[in-house]
Amino acid sequence: MTTTESHVGAVDRAKRRSGTHGLLQSLRRRPTWIQFGGPVTAVVILSIGFHLVSGTFLTLGNLRSVVEASAVPAIVAAGLSFVLIMGAIDLSIEGVMAATSMVVALLVANGVNGNHLGPLGIGLALLVAVAFGLCNGLLNAVLRMPSLIVTLGTWFIGLGMAAVLFPQRVPQIRDGLLLGVARIRILDFSLVVYIAVALVVAAQLLLNHTTRGRMIYAIGGEEHLLASTGIRIKGIKIAAFSLCGLFAGIGSLLLSAQLGSGNADIGSGHLFPAISASVLGGTVLTGGRGGAVQSALGALILEVLNNGLIQIGAGPYTRNIISGTVILSAVALGGWNRRRLLRVVK
Amino acid sequence: MSNAITLRGVRKAYGPVVALEGLDLEIGAGEVLGIVGQNGSGKSTLLKILSGLALPDRGEILMGGTSVLLDSAAAAARHGIGMVHQEQSLIPNLTVAENIFLDKAHPSKRHGIYRWSALNQAARAQLDKLSVTIPPTTLVETLRFSDRQQVEFAKVLAIEEMVDRPPVILFDEPTSLLTPDEIRGLFAQINRLRGRTSMVFVSHRLEEVLEISDRVIVLTDGRKVAERSSGSVDREELYELMVGRQRVDPSLRRAARPPVRAQMLLQVEQLGSHPHFRDISFKLGRGEVLGIVGVLGSGAEELCRALFGVIRPDAGTFILDGKQVKAAGPRAAVQRGIGYLPSDRRSEGMLPGRSLTDNTVITFGSQYGWKRTILNRRRERAAAQHWMTRLKVKMNKASAPITSLSGGNQQKVVLSKWLLARNLRLLLLDHPSRGLDPGARDDLFDVVREQVGQGLSVIFVADTISELLELSDQIVVMRDGEITARFAPSSGRLPREEDIVAAMV
Repeated sequence: MTTTESHVGAVDRAKRRSGTHGLLQSLRRRPTWIQFGGPVTAVVILSIGFHLVSGTFLTLGNLRSVVEASAVPAIVAAGLSFVLIMGAIDLSIEGVMAATSMVVALLVANGVNGNHLGPLGIGLALLVAVAFGLCNGLLNAVLRMPSLIVTLGTWFIGLGMAAVLFPQRVPQIRDGLLLGVARIRILDFSLVVYIAVALVVAAQLLLNHTTRGRMIYAIGGEEHLLASTGIRIKGIKIAAFSLCGLFAGIGSLLLSAQLGSGNADIGSGHLFPAISASVLGGTVLTGGRGGAVQSALGALILEVLNNGLIQIGAGPYTRNIISGTVILSAVALGGWNRRRLLRVVK
Repeated sequence: MSNAITLRGVRKAYGPVVALEGLDLEIGAGEVLGIVGQNGSGKSTLLKILSGLALPDRGEILMGGTSVLLDSAAAAARHGIGMVHQEQSLIPNLTVAENIFLDKAHPSKRHGIYRWSALNQAARAQLDKLSVTIPPTTLVETLRFSDRQQVEFAKVLAIEEMVDRPPVILFDEPTSLLTPDEIRGLFAQINRLRGRTSMVFVSHRLEEVLEISDRVIVLTDGRKVAERSSGSVDREELYELMVGRQRVDPSLRRAARPPVRAQMLLQVEQLGSHPHFRDISFKLGRGEVLGIVGVLGSGAEELCRALFGVIRPDAGTFILDGKQVKAAGPRAAVQRGIGYLPSDRRSEGMLPGRSLTDNTVITFGSQYGWKRTILNRRRERAAAQHWMTRLKVKMNKASAPITSLSGGNQQKVVLSKWLLARNLRLLLLDHPSRGLDPGARDDLFDVVREQVGQGLSVIFVADTISELLELSDQIVVMRDGEITARFAPSSGRLPREEDIVAAMV
């Protein structure tokens, strides 16, 4: 009898505590929001620091260009989080971006061939991006191949496909819809920034408020324990890789729209920043921790660093040295408490 | 009283090893059933079968009069059976609430969308059944071990709402990592649920099993040898039953043993390594064999590993040949002349893909080369061949992979690796006969005896009491990381098997 009473009492107490079942409420109660504190603090401190040295960093125009420049890296990093949280890695981002860019440029209205598929072309290009992710996921989950090797392979397949598809001359994009995305500005920010924010939030909600999303964390935590509970892990892994491909594809479309043409080289230089951004934001490479928002904030930190170093007059090579050092320090600090977890580092 | 679960004629074998044989067992509704037995008695196999992690080869499991198929943990959960694992089954980076409902469909997770507040409330209700105040939103990895166990308990209790009959909760060695206070807490929880749920309590600690259980069964060599109500237990009789087949050949008892008057080699004083073992002291002379025995979790294996430097001791001293050994690691141990035969031969003792010769010379082969840098393969091969012939390794050619040999011969090759050492003084054998047939075991022990005759000292962790009595000059029994009994067969009289069991459980 006593147990029933305490049971009822507990439910009452819990009801009083929770109040309305709002999204904000549950977001606030989640332990993750504290994790945003670190990256945000880093952005603030770096900005103030650069401003004190250069005097030009904290101007409206410069901040706007920082945000614009970090939009696509944030999308790519948020997509990569799905894979990194599982403790896997996706190196194929640059290849996926190249293939997607070339496919979309050849399917929508363009200056090379007579195709004029419009939204269907965009959809097909994204389908190509998802197919790459799906392929990564299948090879990793079903054939049990290490994600490092699988995605290294698909990276080059993507680059190769883009090069093969490349026509005689640069395929200029003439599709109004696609070009419009890059041109439309709302409140002085391009639509690209709003798309990035929406995608990052969507990714975070997916990770924190769906069973599959939470299982992505669980896979990064203790995969073998999860397997023994009878949860279908393979499907979740495949979905995570597919989402990563989709996000890279969207990033590629946005870049292509900004560029106004298809480019086989469009992904170049996006892989390392995406991984670094995730790590800087607190998504640990050993898996189980982090999130889409953290990774996106990491991308923002990288852009602040990059922009700030230009402002204070550092050359491109110096920037590389400093960025690399910052990333290594972040990995070292982030993994400090978990050194014991990494039994074998290869 | 009706039965929650009835087992009839259950048999389970792993290859040639029979883990359970013709087991009949009833678990009454609302009772706490204690199961005791030594290592290899079939306790864990029984739990695996009940929790759906293993299927019996023969026999049936009845619940409510009908035969049930428990072919997965999920199937067991559908029938209301859940296990509080010894090695916990919680995902560390998820919250308490998520873990409690991880393996269950729940309205708060309908259509794959999490409703966090509903989930947390439901978890709160489960935790309240145990009067546990852990917040459901806490990440499991931030909890203490005993708190995680409570969460595990709540996770199993949550099955109650999924099925229309009282749940059956299996406890696998639940107390082995708890402090006395935490054990009292756990027992209080079990007592609260007594009568409402059926519980199976498996432990190697006889005292605890007798205290918490309504009824106790003794498993020995995969058979149920006794069934007693906890009130009326003759302990001496239980010990006798638990010895089972592990009795030593009576002729060995009559055989005279020359007392060893050896020169001192090793002196261990109050050695401890939290949480594995503490306050371990013993002395070992040259040409002497120290046998250690204990059930799983007694700390005997860890003691061996600590002497080899794999585990770092945090207290006490370790004097080898008059010199105190400081914290070191395996490399230093090898240099001092200590060899170690690990219990997990396949992953720690040998290089599975390599040849017999390679496996023999892996550690000390370089001493045949030029300045230990440039190898002399010809001399290495000769040395390997020499030892493999002396140990009578049955093989076709020395270049065959080690995995082509039988377990006993593999073990001999691993042993020959250490015998190559010119300064080998102390050999640590961790469950050396594990997985070997009796003939191979006798062969291996003959080799060990021969080396001991030439002055090598041996510490070995025994699998069975009979091999312990066969080989040892000194015997140390461990339980829960402490030495509970010492015997000295070299003084002339072998101890009784029952006395050893009594110190083990």
